[in-house]
Amino acid sequence: MTQLKTGAFALTAALMMSGSAFAQTRTLNYNADFDPAPLAAFQAIIADFEAENPDVKVTLNNFDHEGYKTAIRNFLSADSPDLANWYAGNRMAPFVNAGQFMDVSDVWADNGLSEQLASAKASMTIDGKQWGVPYTYYQWGIYYNKDVYKAAGVEVPTTWDGFIENCAKFKAAGVDCLTTGSKALWPIAGIFDYLNLRTNGYEFHMDLTAGKVAWTDDKVKATFAEWAKVLPYTTENHAAIDWQDAAALLVQGKAANYVMGNFAVANFKEGGMTNDTLGFLVFPEITAGLPRAEDAPTDTIHIPAGAKNVDDAKKFLAFVARADVQTKLNAALGQLPTNKGATVDAADPFLSAGFEALSSAYALAQFFDRDAPAEMAKIGMEGFQEFMVKPDRLDAILDRLEKSRDRIYK
Amino acid sequence: MTSYWKRNQLRLAPWLFLAPGAAMFLVYVIIPIFQSLSLSFYDWDGLGDATYIGTANYVELLDDEAFYTSLKNNVIWLALYLLAVPAGLFIAIFLNQTVRGIRIYKSLFFFPFVISQVVVGLMFSWFYAPNFGLFYKLIEWLTGDGIAILADEKYVTYGIIVAGLWPQIAYVMILYITGLNNIAPDQVEAARLDGAKGWKMLWHVILPQLRPATFIAVVVTVIGALRSFDLVSIMTDGGPWGSSRVLSFYMYEQALSEYGFRMGYGAAIAVVLFAIMMVFISGFIWKMWRDETER
Repeated sequence: MTQLKTGAFALTAALMMSGSAFAQTRTLNYNADFDPAPLAAFQAIIADFEAENPDVKVTLNNFDHEGYKTAIRNFLSADSPDLANWYAGNRMAPFVNAGQFMDVSDVWADNGLSEQLASAKASMTIDGKQWGVPYTYYQWGIYYNKDVYKAAGVEVPTTWDGFIENCAKFKAAGVDCLTTGSKALWPIAGIFDYLNLRTNGYEFHMDLTAGKVAWTDDKVKATFAEWAKVLPYTTENHAAIDWQDAAALLVQGKAANYVMGNFAVANFKEGGMTNDTLGFLVFPEITAGLPRAEDAPTDTIHIPAGAKNVDDAKKFLAFVARADVQTKLNAALGQLPTNKGATVDAADPFLSAGFEALSSAYALAQFFDRDAPAEMAKIGMEGFQEFMVKPDRLDAILDRLEKSRDRIYK
Repeated sequence: MTSYWKRNQLRLAPWLFLAPGAAMFLVYVIIPIFQSLSLSFYDWDGLGDATYIGTANYVELLDDEAFYTSLKNNVIWLALYLLAVPAGLFIAIFLNQTVRGIRIYKSLFFFPFVISQVVVGLMFSWFYAPNFGLFYKLIEWLTGDGIAILADEKYVTYGIIVAGLWPQIAYVMILYITGLNNIAPDQVEAARLDGAKGWKMLWHVILPQLRPATFIAVVVTVIGALRSFDLVSIMTDGGPWGSSRVLSFYMYEQALSEYGFRMGYGAAIAVVLFAIMMVFISGFIWKMWRDETER
C-alpha cells in the first residue's frame, strides 16, 4: 500500500513538472490527412517552423486520407485542433456556413497574400472573406504515351478535332485512344470539366457547378456532343476499372491518352515510364478563341472555430504561405506551389509544364467534386458514367440532373 | 430492506440478471431506433442546425429513382439469397457420409464462411475483372466477347449475389450438418424397414427432423440478404451509376459517405428498411412463440 502511495506521489510530481514545462512552450495541435510521402515533407516544414518559433511545439495528428473526410466532422465540433487540413472551393462551404472555420482574412491582409496567392484567392473566398490558406495544387491535363504516338505515326494534337482524328488512327492500330477507370467515378469528372471548360468557357462552367444554369441547357448538350465523339475510342468496361488499372493500360501501350491529375505521374513512372516516354499535353482547344481555364485542385489549411491557440495558428498559416516555404514543401510533394514567388524544379518536365499552364491560364477551376456541392457532384458523376456507357440515354440523364439541381441548390 | 429482499428474491433475481443486457439493448438498439425515426423528419447535414420538415424526406423517397433501384435490388437479393438454403442442404447431405478424411472435406466446404466478406468481395472482383479475370476469360473463350459483369447494369447485382451465396451456402451447410447429426437413427431404420428410400425418405423422414435447422437457416439468410452491404461496397461501390445499390448501401451513401451527409434522408431510408425487416422479424418471432406455446 505504501509503495502504491509513493508511486502515486511520483506520478503527480511528474505531471506537475511536465505541466510547468508546457507553460513556456505553447502547443499547436494540427490534424491532417497526409499520405506517407507528403507526411515526410510536412514534418520537415514543421521542424523549420519550430526552429523559427522555438516557443511553439506543433503536434501533428495524422489521419488516414479517406477516414479523415468523416473524422473532420466529429473533431471540429467535439475536440477542435488549432489547425486542420481541407480543400478549397465548395468543399469548404459546409464548414464555413456552419461557422466551423475561422475567418482568416487578417492573415491574408497582413502578409500581402492577396497578391502572392492571387491565383488561389477566389477559391478561398466565401462572402468576401478568406477562410484558410492554400499550400499546394496540381494541374490536370492529358498524359500520353510517346511510344504509342510514334508507333501509330501520329502528331501531338493542338485542337480537339485533331485529337479525334488521331483516335481513328489509334483504333486502327488496336490502341484505346482515351483510357479511364470510372469505378470510383471521379476520374471521368476531369474529362467533363475539360470538355465543358473548352466548349463553353470558365464562366459557364462555374455557373453550372454553382447551380445557376439548367443541366438541360443547350450548351451542356453541346459539351456532351463533344464527349460523344470520343466515346467509341474510349477504353471499354471502364466502369469496372480503378484509375490505377487504367494507368497500367497507358504504361503497357494499350492506350494512348489519359485525362488525369499530375499525381498520376508517380504511378506511370513506377510502371516503367520515363520522361522520354511519358508526355503531358494541355487539353486541346474545342471552341476557338475561348480563354483557356484549367483544373487545379487546391489543398488548404484552416483554423477551426474552436481553436485554442489562435495566434500561433495564424503564424503557422502565414509561414506556410511564404514563397520560400512553399518552394521547399512542393519540391518534396512533387506538386505546384500556390505562391507565385515560389519556384519549381526545372528538371521535372511535368511540374514545369504544369506551372506554365496554370500561371498562364485565364482562370482555375477546383475540380467537379469540389466546385459543385457534394451531393450534386455524386449524382453528376454517376450521370457522366451512365452517359459514357449508354450515350443514347443523355436526355433522361440530364432531366435527372436537372431535377436534382432544383432540390440541392435551394 | 433485507426482509423485502428475502420475500421477493425469486421475483427480482431474473430482472437483476437481465438488467445489464437490457440496458445495453436499450442504449444501443431501442433508443437509436426511435432517434432514427425522429431524425427522418428533419433536414440535417450533421453539422448545422436540424430543421423540421415533416414527411418531406418520405415524399422525396417516393419520387427517387435510386430508391426504387435499391428496393428492387433488395428484392432480388432476398429471392436469390434463399437459394443458399436448398444448396446448403444438398451439400450437407452429400457430405453426411463416412468416408476416410470426410472431416477435411467438411472443413474445406466450410472455408468460405471463415474468410472475411471483404476478402470474398475482392476475390470475386478479380474473378470478374475485365481483361484478366478468370470468369471474363472464360466467357471470352466461349462466346468470343468478354462480359465485364461488374460494369454492366444488367448483371452486376447477380454477380454480387453469387459472391454472397458462396459463404452463405457454407453457413447453411454447417447448420444442416449439425442437424443431420441429431437425426434419430431408429426412425431412419424404421422407415427403411417400411421400404422408404430416396426422395420419400428425405421428404417424409429427414426433412421434418431438420425443421429447427431449416428455420434458423431461413432466418439468417433473410436477414443476411436484407442487410447486405459489405459486398456491394467492396465490389462496386454501388456502381455502375448506382445500379447495384441496395437499401442499406443507399442509406450509408446518403448519410455518411464522402458525398452524402443528408442525415434525415438517410434516416428515412433506414426506417423503410427497418419496416421491411420488421415484417420478416415479426413473422419469425410469431412462429417461435407459437412453437413454444404448442408444447
